[in-house]
Amino acid sequence: MLKGRNLINPDDLNVDEIYEIIELARKIVKSPHNYSNVCNGRILGTLFFEPSTRTRLSFEAAMLRLGGGIVGFSESASSSTSKGESLIDTIRTVGAYSDIIAMRHPKEGSAQLAGNYTSVPLINAGDGGHYHPTQTLTDLLTIMESKGTFDNLVVGLCGDLKFGRTVHSLLKTMNKFKKNKFVLISPEELQIPNYVKTLAFDENSNNYVEVEKLEDVIDQLDILYMTRVQKERFFNEADYVRLKDSYILSPRKMKKAKDDMIVLHPLPRVNEISVEVDNDPRAMYFKQVKYGMYARMALIIKLMGVEVC
Amino acid sequence: MLSITSIKKGIVIDHISPGNGYEIFKLLELDKADFRVALIINADSKKFGRKDLIKIENEIDLDLRALGILDKNLTINIIEDEMIKEKIEVDLPKMFEGIFKCKNPRCITSSERDVVQKFELVSEDKTIYKCAYCDHLLNMEE
Ligand SMILES: [Zn+2]
Repeated sequence: MLKGRNLINPDDLNVDEIYEIIELARKIVKSPHNYSNVCNGRILGTLFFEPSTRTRLSFEAAMLRLGGGIVGFSESASSSTSKGESLIDTIRTVGAYSDIIAMRHPKEGSAQLAGNYTSVPLINAGDGGHYHPTQTLTDLLTIMESKGTFDNLVVGLCGDLKFGRTVHSLLKTMNKFKKNKFVLISPEELQIPNYVKTLAFDENSNNYVEVEKLEDVIDQLDILYMTRVQKERFFNEADYVRLKDSYILSPRKMKKAKDDMIVLHPLPRVNEISVEVDNDPRAMYFKQVKYGMYARMALIIKLMGVEVC
Repeated sequence: MLSITSIKKGIVIDHISPGNGYEIFKLLELDKADFRVALIINADSKKFGRKDLIKIENEIDLDLRALGILDKNLTINIIEDEMIKEKIEVDLPKMFEGIFKCKNPRCITSSERDVVQKFELVSEDKTIYKCAYCDHLLNMEE
């Protein structure tokens, strides 16, 4: 039962529940108009204690497309802390006005805390560098829509694997499904942290490899998940110069990839995918944005327990 | 000869492994106490040769069993009328509140008022706990 629950951490959903949400999301993708009134009279509270326009718009568009309304705020980190109001008090207040809440907050663990103080379902729309579970649902819906399955896939994750929370949760979540393999592509300095490996992989599982160059492995991948590598993440200039080109996805590299490989990216992109790749049918990152809205529509319906056909 | 008077009512944390006494003293914030407290380092111990010892002349509201997280050997005696009224077994609780602060500066518990710190056991073998809010691991060696 998803009704009345919070979604704080991608691990809050088991495999069956993920399928349940993704199946509904796929129905919505097919015929969104069938769902345009199911949340009539309901209100989504969007509490953005730090601005994230994309994520907020995605949630708001999702609720509006379900026929519901929105209350909320988005404020700079400085103003929210300067007022000195506690998070718990704010969440209690907004919980009184709304039927479901999406919250973004700069502090890690804030969603877990807030979830203890609201009687309406709370969706974590990002708590610092910690979790962002609706991004994972977005990624999953994109994978299902493109590949038709969550099993037997070779998933390449490329770029900054050290700090990328979207990568960490996608990795953990995809490893819950059957027979997936992972290729972790990053400079040594930005390899996936050990604690993520411990949490994501069984001790004896050999279903991942770590490599430095995208070019060497791109032909093996079913999914390529790109993330930003920022120059300032490197410890020295020479390493950056040596590696910078190996993390830019170019048409030349795409030539080596499978015809049905898909390219995902959590966006915003800087220069890690060259714009010439955008028109490649395998580039899914802009469609991914739309799937993000559909995934959120399905999630809102499920957590509120709204009856749909 | 150093003599430490016995206490009438309070808590004696005994058999602390040498070196851990000061850590526990700091952790319980006994340096800020306004009641009588004694930290004894390198006392004689029949069992271990040497031990540390903390005597607290007060009741403190803490889950003292959780001190087992720091030192599996220590024993806790609750004293009333100069007698041991109760011995508390230390163990590794699945969850405990208070005592430690989360060390993640980005953790919500560092800024939100009136939030009780909460930790959950991740690994019994390695004595690893994680913050129940931000998942930051509590490393006992730090
Ligand atoms: Zn924490």
